[in-house]
Amino acid sequence: MSFHAVGFQDAPGNPWFSWQYVRDNYETILDALREHVTLTAEAVVIAAVIAVPLAVAAYWFRPLTGPILAISGALYTIPSLALLAFVAPVLGPTNPASVLIALVLYALLLIVRNSLAGLNQVPAEAQDAATGMGYARFGRLLKVDLPLALPGIVTGLRLATVSTVALVTVGAIIGNGGLGDLILGGFRNNFYKAQILTATLMCVLLALVLDLILAGAGRLVTPWTRRSR
Amino acid sequence: MNLFDAFRDGIVWLNDPLNWTNPGGILDRLGEHLFISACAVLIGCLIAWPIGLWLGHTGRGGGAVVLVSDLTLAVPTIALLTILPLTFLGFGQKPVIVALAVFAIPPLLANAYTGVRQVDPETKDAARGMGMSGGQVLRRVEIPLAVPFLAAGFRTAAVQVVATTALASYVNGGGLGQFIAAGFGLGMAAGGDQIVAGGLLVALLALAVEGILALVERVVTPAPLRRVKRRAARAGRIAPATGDA
Repeated sequence: MSFHAVGFQDAPGNPWFSWQYVRDNYETILDALREHVTLTAEAVVIAAVIAVPLAVAAYWFRPLTGPILAISGALYTIPSLALLAFVAPVLGPTNPASVLIALVLYALLLIVRNSLAGLNQVPAEAQDAATGMGYARFGRLLKVDLPLALPGIVTGLRLATVSTVALVTVGAIIGNGGLGDLILGGFRNNFYKAQILTATLMCVLLALVLDLILAGAGRLVTPWTRRSR
Repeated sequence: MNLFDAFRDGIVWLNDPLNWTNPGGILDRLGEHLFISACAVLIGCLIAWPIGLWLGHTGRGGGAVVLVSDLTLAVPTIALLTILPLTFLGFGQKPVIVALAVFAIPPLLANAYTGVRQVDPETKDAARGMGMSGGQVLRRVEIPLAVPFLAAGFRTAAVQVVATTALASYVNGGGLGQFIAAGFGLGMAAGGDQIVAGGLLVALLALAVEGILALVERVVTPAPLRRVKRRAARAGRIAPATGDA
């Protein structure tokens, strides 16, 4: 302990990065990465399934907008660790679902707000034209409103994904944090710097890759936004 | 255990006066929590506001501001919290404060930049026409008109830092999160009550800071500017940046 208290005197056997570590532990790293990706994907998908209908409800029924945004805002303000502290005792401390629920509650606001902003930006002319063509409320939602709101929805999904990737690591406190387990494990295991930094870099890379994938998918499903530019 | 029992146990734990006054009790941890948060937000302000105001004044570096926000969004808090103690900063509260300050910078920076940029160009022209120098325009026109944005950024950053300080407990950095981390260490049977109690304390503190600073933001925003700002917030990308990551 006293040795590490003077951190600037680097131990020769404890470099910040080492290919040796990566080679020796690639299976562990890949397992952690897999858990990380799975948790992120599940959280964002579940959050989207809840959030988009909420945004539609707020779009259709204006009086609901305030309460929906206020509740998801309050959930967003509550620290992730506190959410975890409420959920984990109920579901069992080692249950990955505890982390998942905390992540979903957290991603909710980002998707609701951006989807609602996307829906509110649908031009009134487009709505009038759709109504004039005989679309009822639900048909108009599916064929006109939601497609035109896609840029907002995609923005919400991207923000939610990037912050969820970072947030998954919080689950390390109960051993369900994906790459966060490696970060915290490395810290607890004699300050194993190579492990901490490798897992950190992979977190950041994963966030960037998923963001790029979603951005690309967003461009594919909204070809008209490219032409108009 | 169901949710009701878990919360009842948490309340029982909170109701024990010794849990408040013992060394390392709630009062001690609350003090640590507020001290760490205040230092981090202060450092963040000292770094981010001058840069953001200056970039906004010159109108350059908008891309850099967005890049900084996006990059820090992708870096896990726990990564900085575990890496910084292993650098020259050493262990203790110092690396925790620095780590949290790093995450406080993006909202402060972005809001300072936007606050100056959104000032009506005609107002700035008028100020110049009155013979003000660049520095005078910044001090006497742009900064006063940017105050609502500075307040919004301050609130966002402060709430985020207070929430994130809970994670300092992962590296034994102090604060109210210690109860949660210690509880998880003890296991559910012995530590379940203090996990929920710690969660309640952290959540209530975050909501209280959010509420108080929302009031402050309202007070420092002159009434005519409130509507302008809401319109500005509605346009463009909407990234509410409270909370922690």
